[in-house]
Amino acid sequence: MIVLNNLHKSYITGNNALHVLKGIDLEIGAGEFVSIMGSSGSGKSTLLNILGILDDYDEGNYFLDGKLIRNMNETKAAITRNQMIGFVFQSFNLISFKNARENVALPLYYQQVSRKKRNQIALEYLDRFGLKEWADHLPSELSGGQKQRVAIARSLISNPKIILADEPTGALDTATSFEVMEILKEVNDQGITVIIVTHEHDIAAMTKKIIRLKDGLIGETIINGDLKKYREKVKSENAFSYV
Amino acid sequence: MFDLDRWNEIVHALAKNKVRSLLTAFGVFWGIFMLIVMAGAGNGLGNGISEGVAKFATNSAFMWTDRTSEPYKGYKRGRYWNMDFEDVQIIRSKVPEVDILTPKNFGSNNNSGPNTVRGDRNGSFNIKGDYPDYVKIDPVTIVKGRWINEMDIREKRKVCVIGTKVYETMFASEEEPLGEYLKVSGVYYQVVGVIKPETRININGRTEESLFIPFTTMQQTYNMGNEVHVLAFTAKPGVPVSQVEEKIRGIIRQRHAISPTDVQAIAGVNVEKQFLQMKGLFVGINILTWIVGIGTLMAGVIGVSNIMLVIVRERTREIGVQRALGARPRTIITQVMLESVVLTTVAGYTGLTLGVGLLELVNQVLERQPPSSEEMFFRHPEVSLTVALASLGVLIIAGLFAGSIPAKRALQIKPIEALREE
Repeated sequence: MIVLNNLHKSYITGNNALHVLKGIDLEIGAGEFVSIMGSSGSGKSTLLNILGILDDYDEGNYFLDGKLIRNMNETKAAITRNQMIGFVFQSFNLISFKNARENVALPLYYQQVSRKKRNQIALEYLDRFGLKEWADHLPSELSGGQKQRVAIARSLISNPKIILADEPTGALDTATSFEVMEILKEVNDQGITVIIVTHEHDIAAMTKKIIRLKDGLIGETIINGDLKKYREKVKSENAFSYV
Repeated sequence: MFDLDRWNEIVHALAKNKVRSLLTAFGVFWGIFMLIVMAGAGNGLGNGISEGVAKFATNSAFMWTDRTSEPYKGYKRGRYWNMDFEDVQIIRSKVPEVDILTPKNFGSNNNSGPNTVRGDRNGSFNIKGDYPDYVKIDPVTIVKGRWINEMDIREKRKVCVIGTKVYETMFASEEEPLGEYLKVSGVYYQVVGVIKPETRININGRTEESLFIPFTTMQQTYNMGNEVHVLAFTAKPGVPVSQVEEKIRGIIRQRHAISPTDVQAIAGVNVEKQFLQMKGLFVGINILTWIVGIGTLMAGVIGVSNIMLVIVRERTREIGVQRALGARPRTIITQVMLESVVLTTVAGYTGLTLGVGLLELVNQVLERQPPSSEEMFFRHPEVSLTVALASLGVLIIAGLFAGSIPAKRALQIKPIEALREE
């Protein structure tokens, strides 16, 4: 589904070039459930942006579903994002003046689906996440967990192949975090590739594969089976961060 | 275009900060309002003045005498002199370009104490001696009776035509003036007509306060001999009055030994020139109106552009989310442009409506004034439909213009930057 070859990216600020990604080789197959971890500055957000075609890269190749993604114009990128990728954000990023149903229906609006039809589909998705009664509520009237569920429903409505989630549990308490991860797991069970960026080990531990970035390179890749070992390793490394 | 979500966003974006939207809209509103009111007022002034003079013969000129300012042919400077009736005859034969030519004389005027008596009523009026043709230059409305005719001239009849003010002063209301006698400077005249002016141009005193007698009667009764005080004339169609005026001046200079370089001795008014000057003035007022109006409008539009930039900045995150969800650049541009156009158009349309409303109100008030308030130099303030439609078009274009810079700015927003967690 996703193939990265020797991917480089640097940001230029003034006279300084900040080399963030220093040659990433990565392959994520269809239906995988992957988390990307790394300390701040390791390049995990940059990587996610490139994967989501929100940013361009300097060197290397990025194949999404077999197609080379490079120097896309903004219109084409928008269409690709709309059809292939669903986004889930840490701060939900729901449109504040639209109710839950309208928020969920938004990606379909950009596909020019008729209002009636997209609202109906949006309602089905809300129902799937147990939010049917909240369809007409504004985001400000929803709890954090509800908001994130609305956001997930929104990311799924255009039937994307990939869900990219940037710290999806970052603003939620532990119980709600697990709830959201449960939902993402269900999404993954339906064959959609889910990639999350997180710095919480227990959240990462709920995925099937962990990619650790270190200074712009892939530090290590841990497959589900090795997780137990990994946990212990992390425990001894930094007992404090593991709760 | 007529998509509920889109309008929802526009309304939301503008309603989010009502005070700011209103103040911004006020700039455009004021621009259009001022433009309409000023253009209307300019038109009103133009209408008022041209209605006041419209019927006056615009190809006419008046000429009268003054003291000479140069010695000539043995005469000293500072000499008083008069035109005479022979001048009229010679001009008629030598200047074929002259259309109407009438001499006009003045008797006592209304500052020289009461000169008119009837029973126990008296008044002071301007006494004027005229030919029938004079009303072809300075038209009047006959309220009652008739104007001076050829028979009056030929027989030197002691008849008079009076202005409305004279009638009001010398007669009780509803009293029949025709056939009654007025004693003017010691001589009795029978009233044959009552007139009121059609224009607001007055020659030697207001027409309403004037008493007109036949030219020949005046010459004889007041011992004026052959003298002529004023020459009034018009040029034939297609001939400039100034050309005729020059020829007449030439003849008169020669006949009365006036130096060719003496400009003071022959005084006069060229109505055609005055009209052209007035027209120029109105063109000037119009140009000024548009410059000021468009300037004000521009300031308003720049205000809208400015505020749209602020709105775009405030909504950076929202725009970022929309783009991440697949909104195309076109969608974003249309959104920002529409907001700007809606803001300017609604504000501008309000200004247009209120401006036109105000003009209409003023017009209504003016229309209610009694028609006798002659000194009204302001009539029918209005703007044409063309101007109104043109300004609406300008508004929409201005809105697009105001929106284009913020829209470009909105496109420059990178989703990643917008979505970066602070």
